[in-house]
Amino acid sequence: MNRPLFAKVLILVTALAITLTPGCRRKPKEPITPLGSGRTGAGTIQNPQPGRLGDSSGGLNDTAGTAGSNLGDGSSVPKDTNIAQTGGPFDRSQYNEDRAQFASNTVLFDFDSAVIKSSEKANIASVAAHLVSNPNTAVEVEGHCDERGTEEYNRSLGERRALAIREELASLGIDPKRVHTISYGEDRPAVDGHNEDAWARNRRGEFVLLTPR
Amino acid sequence: MNRPRLAFPEISRRAWLATAFSSIPILAARAQAAAESNRIVIYGTSGGSPTPIYLSGFSGDVASTLRFDLEVAGCRISPETEAQLSLLGSNTPNVEGRLLDRNKASLLAKGYSGGSPRQQAHALADDVIKAMGGQGIAQTRIAFKCEVSQGKSEIFVADYDGYGAQKVTSDGSIVAAPTWVPGRRTLLYTSYRLGNPDIFIHDLSTGSRKPLSRQAGLNTAAAASADGQRVAMILSKDGSPNLYVGRIDGGGTTRVTDNRQGDSSPCWSPDGKTLCYSSRSGGPSTLFLVSASGGAPRRLRLAGVSNATEPDWSPDGQNIVFTTQSGRAFEICVVPAGGGDVSRLVEGEDPVWAPNSRTVIYARRVGKGVRVLSLLDVPTRQTKDLPRLSGSCSQPTWAR
Repeated sequence: MNRPLFAKVLILVTALAITLTPGCRRKPKEPITPLGSGRTGAGTIQNPQPGRLGDSSGGLNDTAGTAGSNLGDGSSVPKDTNIAQTGGPFDRSQYNEDRAQFASNTVLFDFDSAVIKSSEKANIASVAAHLVSNPNTAVEVEGHCDERGTEEYNRSLGERRALAIREELASLGIDPKRVHTISYGEDRPAVDGHNEDAWARNRRGEFVLLTPR
Repeated sequence: MNRPRLAFPEISRRAWLATAFSSIPILAARAQAAAESNRIVIYGTSGGSPTPIYLSGFSGDVASTLRFDLEVAGCRISPETEAQLSLLGSNTPNVEGRLLDRNKASLLAKGYSGGSPRQQAHALADDVIKAMGGQGIAQTRIAFKCEVSQGKSEIFVADYDGYGAQKVTSDGSIVAAPTWVPGRRTLLYTSYRLGNPDIFIHDLSTGSRKPLSRQAGLNTAAAASADGQRVAMILSKDGSPNLYVGRIDGGGTTRVTDNRQGDSSPCWSPDGKTLCYSSRSGGPSTLFLVSASGGAPRRLRLAGVSNATEPDWSPDGQNIVFTTQSGRAFEICVVPAGGGDVSRLVEGEDPVWAPNSRTVIYARRVGKGVRVLSLLDVPTRQTKDLPRLSGSCSQPTWAR
């Protein structure tokens, strides 16, 4: 996608987001920033055989069903999900991911907490500064947890951590629409250990720089 | 994957002892009468010791399957002299069984054909439990997630004892929180396949699936109502992970809770009127009840425990089973659905009721980040691990 078209899509997405997100939903005093308009039902992803049971011929392995299987082929995903057209904030296929840029800006959290510690604010400010000077970029904030917690509890906790970082970025002047949050709960630990040192490093928020293709 | 197409519960059965066999309801009544005449609670539900049962005549896979099924159901395999009941039979090749009480009165006599020896054994086990006045679960199915390689997991379905496991996703990504749509061969689950935690609805009969919720942010912890028409889920599209309810077709999503502290793991009351979920609003995480149509949440009274998550409402409406955490230890607990005194059962997490409202499946940590699935008979607190599948398995759900 060339730059002018990308800009048009950005404008369209923004316009859609403004029209589709009911402004009245966002209470003025409420600091919560909605993540953008919905993507529910955005395109039907028909996977012919992502696990059809009762079929001895398979359909359960990775190769069967790839013909025409939109889920078996990453390149066909955006076309079928139409994320941009429904106003979702990020169509990842439009961006390159750069994990190195903010590798040293990882934000650490206390146990069972989504509160940003003052010691971590410089990391977020550094990310904000980069986003300010590179207005075409966006950022993905990954929320992670240690293993001490049940899985779905941790998935919510990871999202709260990512959202807290997003709020901090917004307070530094970054448009929240440029910040995509994703929670991995305890599924992607930074280190494998099962002790306090490992847990402390796994309770974190990581940044992925997204640059337009 | 070469498993024959199952037709449970239509596995063909036939009576083989015409003199002894009669219809199930009569047998169940007879079993109850026998229990009363012996002044023994054959199959108590209010706690206590396992029912001793003598097993004879079975061999190989059938014997081990029967033993597993009966122990999960609250029995203890015992010497003949100590047993309240005797299950005698054979499997050469078809399974046949007779259940006798202490007075050698026949409570059940039946033969089975079709299916595999394991399936026949499961069918006999269910008939034995029914003759004892209970509800068998040996022919039910479960689903769960398993980590198949570092950081990658897939959804599996299997028989309730972990046999015949089949992989139903091949996403090469992270999956989470599978749950059955009641009465349908359909799963809801979370997959990161499209770069975001989204909820999918997956028809196991046709193999087709589609996104049910792909809002920005978190879409997870789907739970279908007992009538299969509505879905409760955790979304963060409005800025905080909160509870939402929508239709099973993905439309009509409305927000149910609104707090900044975050919610997780909703479940439905069997009548579809109330949701129970875990929330941190107002302190450490605990369980709340809220009307499915919205309104003010109310705290479920949990005497003596803290950090409660992952509630599951029993199909009979009586109890809620959940996880508590203190330090590194997780415990399975149960509380009456109206709240009150909590019974702490065993170490483990993420419990889910079987259709009989008696058995629970849960995950247990066995060290180094590895989890195994285990079955718990709540009244007797007997547990049985499922055979270990590849990697770490967790987040079980029961077809019901």
